[in-house]
Amino acid sequence: MSAANWRNAMNSGAGRAAMRARVSANGAGTLVAGDRALPPISIPTFWRHIGARHVVVILFALAYPWFATPFFTFQIGAQSLALGLIALSLTFLGGYGGMVSLAQITVAGIAGYGIAIFGAASAADATISLGWPWWVAVLISIVIATVCAAFIGWLSVRTEGIYTIMITLAVGVAFYYLCLQNYSVFNGFQGFQRVHAPTVLGVNLRDAMPFYYLALFWSLAGYFFVKYLLRAPFGIALQGIRDNPRRMNSLGFNVTAHRIAAYALAGVIAAVGGVLLVWYNGLIGPGSVGTSWIINILIIAVLGGMRHPIGPFLGAVVFVLLQTFAIDLIDRERFNLLIGAVFLVIVLFSPDGLLGWWAGLKSKFLTPRGGVR
Amino acid sequence: MRRTFVKTVVAAAVVAAFGGLAYAQQGKPVKIGLLATLEGPFAAGGADGMRGAELAIKERNGVVAGRKIELVKASSDAKPDVAVNATRKLVEQDKVDVMVGPLSGGEGIAVKEYSKTQPNITFINGSSGAQATTLVNPSPNFFRFNTEGAQWMVGLGKAALDKGYKRVMVIAEDYAFPYSQVQGFMSEYCRLGGKVPVKAWVPLGGKDYASVIARIPKDVDALVVVLGGADAVNFLNQYEAAGGDKPMVGGSITVSQDILNYKGKRRDSLVGTIAGSPIADSYDGADFKKFVAAYQKEYPVSSGAYPSPSLFALVYYINMKAALDGLELVKGDLSDGQKKYQAALAKMTLKTPVGDVKLDANRQAIGTTFITEVVKDKQGNLFNKVLRKVDGIDQMLGMKKEEFQMGSRDVPNCP
Repeated sequence: MSAANWRNAMNSGAGRAAMRARVSANGAGTLVAGDRALPPISIPTFWRHIGARHVVVILFALAYPWFATPFFTFQIGAQSLALGLIALSLTFLGGYGGMVSLAQITVAGIAGYGIAIFGAASAADATISLGWPWWVAVLISIVIATVCAAFIGWLSVRTEGIYTIMITLAVGVAFYYLCLQNYSVFNGFQGFQRVHAPTVLGVNLRDAMPFYYLALFWSLAGYFFVKYLLRAPFGIALQGIRDNPRRMNSLGFNVTAHRIAAYALAGVIAAVGGVLLVWYNGLIGPGSVGTSWIINILIIAVLGGMRHPIGPFLGAVVFVLLQTFAIDLIDRERFNLLIGAVFLVIVLFSPDGLLGWWAGLKSKFLTPRGGVR
Repeated sequence: MRRTFVKTVVAAAVVAAFGGLAYAQQGKPVKIGLLATLEGPFAAGGADGMRGAELAIKERNGVVAGRKIELVKASSDAKPDVAVNATRKLVEQDKVDVMVGPLSGGEGIAVKEYSKTQPNITFINGSSGAQATTLVNPSPNFFRFNTEGAQWMVGLGKAALDKGYKRVMVIAEDYAFPYSQVQGFMSEYCRLGGKVPVKAWVPLGGKDYASVIARIPKDVDALVVVLGGADAVNFLNQYEAAGGDKPMVGGSITVSQDILNYKGKRRDSLVGTIAGSPIADSYDGADFKKFVAAYQKEYPVSSGAYPSPSLFALVYYINMKAALDGLELVKGDLSDGQKKYQAALAKMTLKTPVGDVKLDANRQAIGTTFITEVVKDKQGNLFNKVLRKVDGIDQMLGMKKEEFQMGSRDVPNCP
């Protein structure tokens, strides 16, 4: 099977389905290139694109910590948002760029390690942390992580489909072993302890509610950033490249540059998620960027569905709930079986994850008007 | 199917209602959280740790100071962030009064840090044995009634020299607990004139030891192997396959019951291995024999348990017993942010199967260590024979505070 065939096989899921939905909704017999039928969002008309469902979800998310316990606010809410943000970067790359990168937790981990190394942390018997002000550390970490993401992109854009997965997996595992075995910078197995969120303007961001709102703010920012990007010329070109890179190339688009830029943009999202995650955990070590987390991020993205940027957040909520509460349902060492079974059922019955279920329900009970957006 | 389910729910509700009446007279149940590793490299040890902790509760028939004990369990995979997530769930969601756990060294440090944010809950260690947990930034509500990794190795340096091992190579996992174990061994071994030319630090959960085995120098007399769980089994198998024949000195969890019962060929070559440990299968103290008998009665081998309790079972038992004995002392009074309970724990002399334990100013146990040697019994089971019993070991290992250096990759050093 040639690389191009692989690529088609990889793409046939999310993107094609969305396009089909839209084509039928438009009622046009001619093939309109999916999202191009929609006008690009410009900043002044941005508010027009916020629908009733957005308002409901945002109101719920805003009110959530007022009726949820601090535990549900912090461990379920904030953790889901941070993980969702990292998975969003994968959804953006995979769902809209056609490049499934397993190195997104690596980019997040680079930002997280940056926070620990440039900012204040404790590393038991070593003094590695530079103790710079938190905002300097955050900025530098995100910049470094973005540069690394662009580099990972540059390494992997010439590959397609399964080869992209392999090369990004290799990068992820290599970074894991680097963290594990380097002591002068990454402090080996132990990593860094006490990497805490700062106190800003008298608000301690370590507390459950402030941290939740911080995570919510950046999740919303990431969500709308991706939504905006998808209808901007860049995003439309990217989706064109996903569907037919050769044709886009002959139309004069620089395919490689677009793809690398997509990696860099996804890198920014993953880096912000990584900063949130390290503040959430209060520590970072090789275990935070190891293979289990590489897989977990993929699970979250696939679970939620890769056809819409809300997918990864849905996936993260289900993932975190299962991870936290499965042991209450089944005793002892069997609870991982339940987690696996739920994932299997979701993916088996809906190849498009939870969003696929949602779309199925909608088309069953509601008159389809605008298709799935 | 559904009908049975409904019936079960109704039955459970009835039982709960009547049960509730009964407790109401004696105070509401006391909730205890229990965290051990049921996943990852220490899954087998974690399961046995849970058995030990449950045994301490069963001994009291599930009641302490007239209050019923409600146990809420959680699992981690030996990763600190997972352990903190699991602990946070037990404390903030399940609202446990007392927390027992975790199992592994790095986890212990992370959970201790978390305990500072919950001053009104009492945290008691599971079996984690990193020195730093109670030596560096100790937490006022984190108690450890087991001795830690370095204390478990006191006396082993001398035993190794007595066996004629003048030069040894250290092979240990690369994290806090083995650092402590190696420090406990080497500080004594080096002081008495032993040499350690090579130390190999391997990642926890590593599967491939070929590069380590290739680095073993010809002129060392023995290997000091501080690996636990699946790692130890993997190393032993690969060392066997590579034709290795050096005698071994074991860390405390290298020759624990969970390792002695693995089914590999190299198993027999473990015979003669000396080790330092807080548990010795053949120790003939009356309390210990009672403990072993209770374990064997409650958890027969057919249920997946070991012929004799492992280190994890003993240490979890000790810490759970401490939690319960403390509750008994204050008559189940956990009011006022558990201040009375925590003060009682700090002062208490705990009776354990291997002798009395007291806490020092950092709430760290001062207790007993066994120097053991692996022997084979008539049934072909391997077990640890006691060579020597060392009592009253404190966290400074008998050194002065000025000369004591906490273990790390490079400390101590005597090539």
